[in-house]
Amino acid sequence: MTKRERIIKIVEKFGQNGGVPEADESLFESGYLDSFALPDMIGALEGEFQIKIPDADLNPRKFSTIARIEEYVDSRL
Amino acid sequence: MASLAAFGAYLPQKVISNAVLADELGCSDEWIVQACGIQERRQAAEHETVPALGAKAAEDCMARAGLAASGVDLLLVSSSSPEQRFPGPAALVAHSLGLSGVPALDVSAASAGSLFALCVASRMSVAYPRILVVAAERMTSVSLRRPLDRNTAILFGDGAGACLVMDEGPGLRVIDSVLHSDGAFGGDLRLGLDGPIEMNGQTVILQAHRKIPATIQEVLARQGLRPSDIAVFMMHQANQNLITRVARALDVPVSRFFSNIALRGNTSSASMLIAASEYFAGRGLEQGDRVCFTAFGAGFHWGALLAEAT
Repeated sequence: MTKRERIIKIVEKFGQNGGVPEADESLFESGYLDSFALPDMIGALEGEFQIKIPDADLNPRKFSTIARIEEYVDSRL
Repeated sequence: MASLAAFGAYLPQKVISNAVLADELGCSDEWIVQACGIQERRQAAEHETVPALGAKAAEDCMARAGLAASGVDLLLVSSSSPEQRFPGPAALVAHSLGLSGVPALDVSAASAGSLFALCVASRMSVAYPRILVVAAERMTSVSLRRPLDRNTAILFGDGAGACLVMDEGPGLRVIDSVLHSDGAFGGDLRLGLDGPIEMNGQTVILQAHRKIPATIQEVLARQGLRPSDIAVFMMHQANQNLITRVARALDVPVSRFFSNIALRGNTSSASMLIAASEYFAGRGLEQGDRVCFTAFGAGFHWGALLAEAT
């Protein structure tokens, strides 16, 4: 499974409306992820990729699309 | 260390139900409950200013302590919603209580204000043996200003709480406390001089979800304790979903977190003291039972205070 596929699997787990958003589609504007699903999704990313996301990086903009999540995960690996 | 000798509270009579807000906001009662767990909140009458609300809670607290307000050595007052820049509510609450010449200090740490005041008071009680901590809020004066913002109108309510902190005596003996502040996210939750409340809910939830459990773990670890050693958590009543997730992060039943948010709403810095007042009026603790107070507010400011029933 590629890194993007692993990310999509996690995003889908916490998404609300079904389907898979496009890589550059906002996860928030469409209501796909709500405020309380976001911390859970970030916790799952930490577990999946064995990374620790510092408080300073807990900025929704870094996790607003699948592409941005992948970019962020790359920066932590 | 000091003891938290008594709590008190005051709530305005007027109730604002979800049904009242739902029509105007274009949502449903159920949506509001799902978003924050709030069913109704209180709204202060015109004459119930922040200092007036605070004085009522202070009087309730002193009556429960069985002491006259004249015995207070220091007054700390927290508010995020004072009517004016100066004088702050502390001097006015002091005047209402008949305290003349007693130092009265305003604490501005948003929703964490009462926790900050309690922590500071518990460490100052050697110099000031009887410190009255008051938190008073008239948040609806901003949150229910038209046009309504769905994200904030549903959350906030008005009210006041108080706690008498003494250098010794019965009550909850303060064991330890930790406080933190970080202005890096100062723009994500702010109330300008003329309002409205600006809130990036996703950032606030992300940060609170991480920082509240961490600060609780921090104060407990300093005492060699675990979350399961705490009888009751008294948390700022920000949002029921946040309270539930903090309990889950600490792996303790959510029933250990006292909650009155359904009927009180989020009263900012007053919420933790109102909750404590209602909790301790309704039941007692066994000797040795531990209580953990915790709050998170704009700034960000956050922390935790650990106490034990004597």
